Amino acid sequence: MNSSTTLRPPLGARLPPVVSERLAKKFSRNLKERAIEAVLFLAAFVSVVTTAGIVYILVKESVVFFAEVPLWLFLTDTQWTPLFDDAHFGIMVLLSGTITSSLVALCVAIPLGTTIAVYLSEFASPKAREIAKPILELLAGVPTIVYGYFALLFVTPLLQAIYPSLPGFNLLSAGIVMGIMIVPTVASISEDAMRAVPMSLREGSFAMGATRLQTAVNVVVPAAISGIAAAYILGVSRAVGETMILAVAAGMQPNLTFNPTEPAATITAYIVQVALGDLPHGSVGYQTIFAAGLTLMLLTLFFNLIGFWMRKRYREAY
Amino acid sequence: MLGSGNAAAIAPAHVDAPLPPLKAETRDLHFHYGKFQALKGVEMPVYENKVTALIGPSGCGKSTLLRCFNRMHDLYPGNRYDGQIILHPDNTDLLADDVDPIEVRMRVSMVFQKPNPFPKSIYENVAYGLRVRGMKGKNALDEKVEESLKGAALWDEVKNRLNEVGSNLSGGQQQRLCIARALATDPEIMLFDEPTSALDPIATASIEELVTELKKKVTILIVTHNMQQAARVSDYTAYMYLGELVEFGQTDHLFFKPKKKETEDYITGRFG
Repeated sequence: MNSSTTLRPPLGARLPPVVSERLAKKFSRNLKERAIEAVLFLAAFVSVVTTAGIVYILVKESVVFFAEVPLWLFLTDTQWTPLFDDAHFGIMVLLSGTITSSLVALCVAIPLGTTIAVYLSEFASPKAREIAKPILELLAGVPTIVYGYFALLFVTPLLQAIYPSLPGFNLLSAGIVMGIMIVPTVASISEDAMRAVPMSLREGSFAMGATRLQTAVNVVVPAAISGIAAAYILGVSRAVGETMILAVAAGMQPNLTFNPTEPAATITAYIVQVALGDLPHGSVGYQTIFAAGLTLMLLTLFFNLIGFWMRKRYREAY
Repeated sequence: MLGSGNAAAIAPAHVDAPLPPLKAETRDLHFHYGKFQALKGVEMPVYENKVTALIGPSGCGKSTLLRCFNRMHDLYPGNRYDGQIILHPDNTDLLADDVDPIEVRMRVSMVFQKPNPFPKSIYENVAYGLRVRGMKGKNALDEKVEESLKGAALWDEVKNRLNEVGSNLSGGQQQRLCIARALATDPEIMLFDEPTSALDPIATASIEELVTELKKKVTILIVTHNMQQAARVSDYTAYMYLGELVEFGQTDHLFFKPKKKETEDYITGRFG
């Protein structure tokens, strides 16, 4: 003790580099840590590699396709007849079906999902929530093929009773059922976002003499808006990517229309159709599914980016 | 005024000045969180245009008592009031079953421990209570917002940025915004639940100054852990322990000549 204080070097000078046994780095611990790190890294790596692989295949096959069909024709042509002798490849035809059915779905899912979320988060007693939430989540577990036939065999006849000229295959019925399918996603994520709003904000509102509804609408929803927006975006992504319901209930005829009462094919329904059919590998018709798939992926990516931006833009610091 | 047996114990210790008029009083007030009894027969007067401080160790029931005054406990299931809180001059029991808690909260406003501005602009934060009451008309709202912000000594700092989000303000400014919000609806009683415990000393001083200023217009109840704060801002002090009101009196009497041993132990720091 004493000697060390007397031997203390002047201020600013460094001590000689001696590392005591206890403070030295341990090789064995290092090794274990590194092994765990490597495992964790690999786990994360798998998902990245898978995504990269999908993108690679899609782009590679699409390049082949676009070598035969110019991009501007792909984007502007108003016909989609890849299997005909006079082949046309206008993606707008399929895109219109996807957009129309998704819009119908959102018209159902957003109001319904948000209302359910507000009810569960702000009004329901703990007991009611305990019962309602699992049932809601059950709805999310129903296979989409079941929804598809529900649309075709139940909802369409129901709509035809109101609107007799509705064709047996139509985007409306498929879109409505798709909306019902998305409701649990929208409701569940929105509810999580609203429940994460601190109680102190609600109390502040109640203390001002606000009712439950006023508090929910004016304070809780705005405070949770980034999470709610994320729920909507996720709903959009699911609607855009949904396949079975549309393949079953909307018909598979490519049809450039934004009228939900008409039958039409969507990008996903087309991919199913082609994948089932007997198209020779390497033909232009076969390559179309990759171009369509790439379009779909870009669309979903676009919505995810919007979601990301919204979360950042509206993230509420409370 | 205080009819029950232990009234003598909680009456002001040395009645120098004539008693000010009563704004409210609790009568044999009991409160239960489910099975836990948090308040046991509290009898306390609240004098008009005075600051009444509630002090006591954590868990003594001071916040619970405060939140009875605006029926905040109604928000959670399993809470039970027993007894009365009489509001004057109406002579109405705030806890009565046919009293609407929302109407109570319109007359008894509250400022919380942690500043809790809504995710809205400064302007909309202050206008919130007015809008909730259905007040419309830009001019009337503008006027009221300005008046309230001035009342909370915040106007000069925010008058050029009324459309900015409230949470952009500093902690002390946020708390004054919450005070402005609570002031906007012309409450008769304002409840402060440890309003400075999340603030630095300078912001604390400005809030304390504000409380002293505000009592000209409203009756104030303030819960505080800080005994110097109670001594600085309050006219009357109630010392609570384990759900009971141990002693109530004029602040200077209670702090300098407490009648009860427990009170003395607490305020001198021997306990709590």
